[in-house]
Parts: sequence; C-alpha cells; structure tokens
Amino acid sequence: MVSAVFHSPSDASDALRADKASAATPSSNPMTTSIPTPATAVTPKASAKPKRPPVDWGALALKVISPVAGLALLIAIWGLLTMKSTTFPTPAATWDAAVVLFSDPFYDNGPNDQGLGWNILFSLKRVAMGFGLAALVGIPLGFLIGRSKVIGSMLNPIISLLRPVSPLAWLPIGLLVFKSADPAAIWTIFICSIWPMIINTAVGVQRVPEDYLNVAKVLNLSEWKIVTKILLPSVLPYMLTGVRLSVGTAWLVIVAAEMLTGGVGIGFWVWDEWNNLNVQHIIIAIVVIGVVGLLLEQALVSIANRFSFE
Amino acid sequence: MSHFIDISQAEMVFNTNKGQFHALRDINLCIEKGQFVALIGHSGCGKSTLLNLIAGLLLPTSGGLICDGREIAGPGPERAVVFQNHSLLPWLTCFQNVYLAVERVFGAKESKAQLKKRTADALELVGMSHATDKRPNEISGGMKQRVGIARALAMEPKVLLMDEPFGALDALTRAHLQDELLKIVARTQSTVVMVTHDVDEAVLLSDRIVMMTNGPAATIGEVLEVPLARPRNRVELAEDTAYIHCRKAVLDFLYTRHGVAHKQAA
Repeated sequence: MVSAVFHSPSDASDALRADKASAATPSSNPMTTSIPTPATAVTPKASAKPKRPPVDWGALALKVISPVAGLALLIAIWGLLTMKSTTFPTPAATWDAAVVLFSDPFYDNGPNDQGLGWNILFSLKRVAMGFGLAALVGIPLGFLIGRSKVIGSMLNPIISLLRPVSPLAWLPIGLLVFKSADPAAIWTIFICSIWPMIINTAVGVQRVPEDYLNVAKVLNLSEWKIVTKILLPSVLPYMLTGVRLSVGTAWLVIVAAEMLTGGVGIGFWVWDEWNNLNVQHIIIAIVVIGVVGLLLEQALVSIANRFSFE
Repeated sequence: MSHFIDISQAEMVFNTNKGQFHALRDINLCIEKGQFVALIGHSGCGKSTLLNLIAGLLLPTSGGLICDGREIAGPGPERAVVFQNHSLLPWLTCFQNVYLAVERVFGAKESKAQLKKRTADALELVGMSHATDKRPNEISGGMKQRVGIARALAMEPKVLLMDEPFGALDALTRAHLQDELLKIVARTQSTVVMVTHDVDEAVLLSDRIVMMTNGPAATIGEVLEVPLARPRNRVELAEDTAYIHCRKAVLDFLYTRHGVAHKQAA
C-alpha cells in the first residue's frame, strides 16, 4: 500500500530526498510523506535538451519585432520630447555624433583625449584586475567559510557589516593607501566584487548534497579527491553565479569610480564630456556602457550553462 | 563474536533543535556471512538509521556494532552502500562513477588496465555496458540504480548495504531489478542488508526479515526466517504456501500489531 505511492518514474529523486528528510521526523505520517508533491514529481528534466523543432516564424517574428518596436518607441518618445529643446540632443544629432565617434574609436591625442575604444578598454582592464584579485581572494575564502564553522562564524558578522557599504566609500581608503588614482579604482572594484563571490561560494559549499558527501565517506576518499571530484564540481555553479554578480557590480562601480579618480576610462570620459557639454556623447556612452555590461553578463551566463549538470 | 555482523544493545539518540530524539533502543541483531537480511517497518521507524549505523555513517549513542571481528568506527569501502536515490555524481559518466570507487579500493595494488577491467565487469554485471560513457542525467532511474549497485559491487564489499534501493522505481522496473539482484547475490554470495517498506520485496529477496516497531525509540519487534529455497522465482512463489505464510506474517506484524492508527489523524 505504502509502496504503491512511490511509483513516480519521471523523477522521483527530488521527491525522495524530501521524503528521506521528512522520514527523519518521527511523527510524520507515512502516507503523506511518501506522496511526492506534484511540483517536484513532474519536473521534466528531459525537456532541457529537446530536439530542434522546425522554425516557428511567428514566434521568431514576435521575438525580433517586438524588441525592435520597443526600441523604436523609446527613440520616438525621446525625439518628441527633444523636438523643441535646445540643450538636450535629438536622436538624429546623437546618431550623427555616434557615427563620427565610432568611425575612429582608437585615436590617441595625448592622455586627456583618447578614442572611446581606448576608454572602454582601460575601464575593462581595471575591472579585470580588481575582479581577478577579488576572485583570487574571495573564492578560497568562501570555501573556508563554507567548510569550517569556526571561520564562518568569525567572518560572517564582518561580511554582513561591510557588504552593504557603497563601494565608493572605500575609494578614499584606496587613495590613502596606494597614493595613486589607478590602484585606488582597482581597489574599489576589488572590494565591491569580492562579496558576491565569498557568499555564493560559501553557500555552494554548504549546500553540497549530503548524499555526495556520504558517497565520499563510504568510499573513504582522500581530501584531494573530495575537493576535486565532489566539492569543486558541485560548488562550481554557485561560484559562477557569484562571479556573474561580481562582474555586474564591478562594471556598475567602475563608471562611478573613474568619475572621481580621472585618467583614461569610460567613467572619466562621461565626466569629461559633461564638462565639455557634449551631451550626445554622454548618451552614446550610456548606451555603450549598457551594451558592454550586457555582453559581459551574456558571456558569463554561457560559461555557467556549460558547467551545469542538472 | 562468531557472527559476521554483531549488533549488541545499540541505541541511537539524535540531538535536534527541538531537543533529543530517541530513534533506536535495544537493538540486538546478528547476521551471518552470506545472509540476505531485510529491515522492514513503517516510515520513521529508524530502519535507515540502523542501516547507517552498520555503514558507519552514524555512530551509536551506546552499544556496539562489530563487523567481521572489528568494531565499526566509521564508514569504509568494505561496507558498500547503495543509496536510496542512487547518489551518482552527475558530473561523472557511469564508468567514472564506478571507477572512482574501484580506484579507491584497488588502486594501490592493481594496474590501470586491471582497474578499468573491474569497472567494465561491474557495469556488465548489472547490464549497463551500453551506457558506460553516459552521464547519470542521460539514463533512466532504474539504470541509475543499477550503476549505483555496480559501484557498490565493484568494491567487493564484505557487506552490501541497500537503503530502499528500488523505492523510487516503477513496479515493473523494480521487479526486474529484484530478479537481477537475486542472480547477482547468488553469484557473488554477498552478505546483504536491505532497508525496504515493500513486503513482497522483503519476502522474495531475503533469508531473514527484521521487523521494526514504530518510532520513536523503535526496536526490533520480530525476526522472521524465510524458509524458501533458492533460486526463487516470483511467479511460482505467488502460490507457494510458505511464501504466502511469510507474507501474511509480515503484514500481520506491520498492520495488525504495529499499525499507524494513532497517526492517521495527522
């Protein structure tokens, strides 16, 4: 009677895990605990890799046309609002400025006048350095926090305290310590992108399924094998989520940090164009910053999908 | 000490957030080499806890467990576990999953080629040679459980511990795997302890059925010897009087004497 309830051939492992957990509580009714909830029993994992269906032109049109229409609407509203404005550039004026700007993105007229491409590359370089350092420190730290309760309870209050602080508040500390603008900006990126990586890695380590650790125990695997065969692969998706959040924040922060520190970089470029009252260029910069951020995000999402095993 | 597995006065108390939970008390059980023992009882009666004690994944609060003359102080590959939800590592292929276990047990003494042969043999034993290079999410639940059994058998354990190994499978697949298991156990002469909540499964597979009372503080209520000759055939047994008698005895224990009437309000 009880056994009949278990027949859910599609995917009973989730349901069973829940069942196993509830079986530990003594007072639970065996009848109710054995029944997998429809939500967990019906998750069709096979549908993750469907056969390529024939091209659905209607859906494709919806997918392509509606975003384009949205964009067109935005530009139309912008055009309408700026029709009689003398200070705010019209879409046409911005487009003309963009054509000029993108025709030569890598010119170099001294340290204060370089092409848009150079500015973006310099910003990306700072993000890469700050983020790379943050990954080097944050991911191992996350592992430690996840594995050791002592270290976890030592560091958790500090992390909770420092995480909500605006990264720009750290900039003066960076300027004081490094006595230079560039490392200070990198320091700011470091500090703002380290938290998501620490936290997500730690959560990932704590959520390594008990079953896998039991397998490791029964097999008596060495610590090295546990780390390489069980911990790393199962933490990787969490880690990549942390990395993705970090890069997003880093790209948000670099613009603000560069406005304050100066030098070559997209943030300073925006500020410089404001001082020159080149408002078209500011609008172009906003679009470019958005596109670069989107590309970074997409790149990391595709990496994350490659390492997803479920 | 002459018994292969000897559990004496084992007691298990868990410290939970809500205070202490007394799971098992006064567990005394001896298992001989080559025996197939089923642990049966209602949900929450602590049968998995008892299995985990034998596996060494849990240590008893008091009392002792001895396996082959040595005290069980922790988990080890000589007591292989087939987990309820197969517990294959999803990032490894079936072959790699089994190889991980083989390498751990025999890696020090044998060459790579021998290890690979052991792995391939184990997969062949459970009829999974065709899926060696597939990952667990590419095969069905029954196949995953076969690979889990292959992983356990490949370690050549002294005892094979199975925690509701077929609970998640549909009835036909389950029957098929039970038959396979009967054949494998006949061939390998393994000592097996299996947790189940399926009366037919317990009678069909085991030499002895250990019936547990309801928790909390569950204990062994009765041990039933199953006097059926091997090899066993499920179709012939369906009308066998000894089979029907055993089945009735277990049902009687589970539902008449230790029913869950007091819980049905929940």
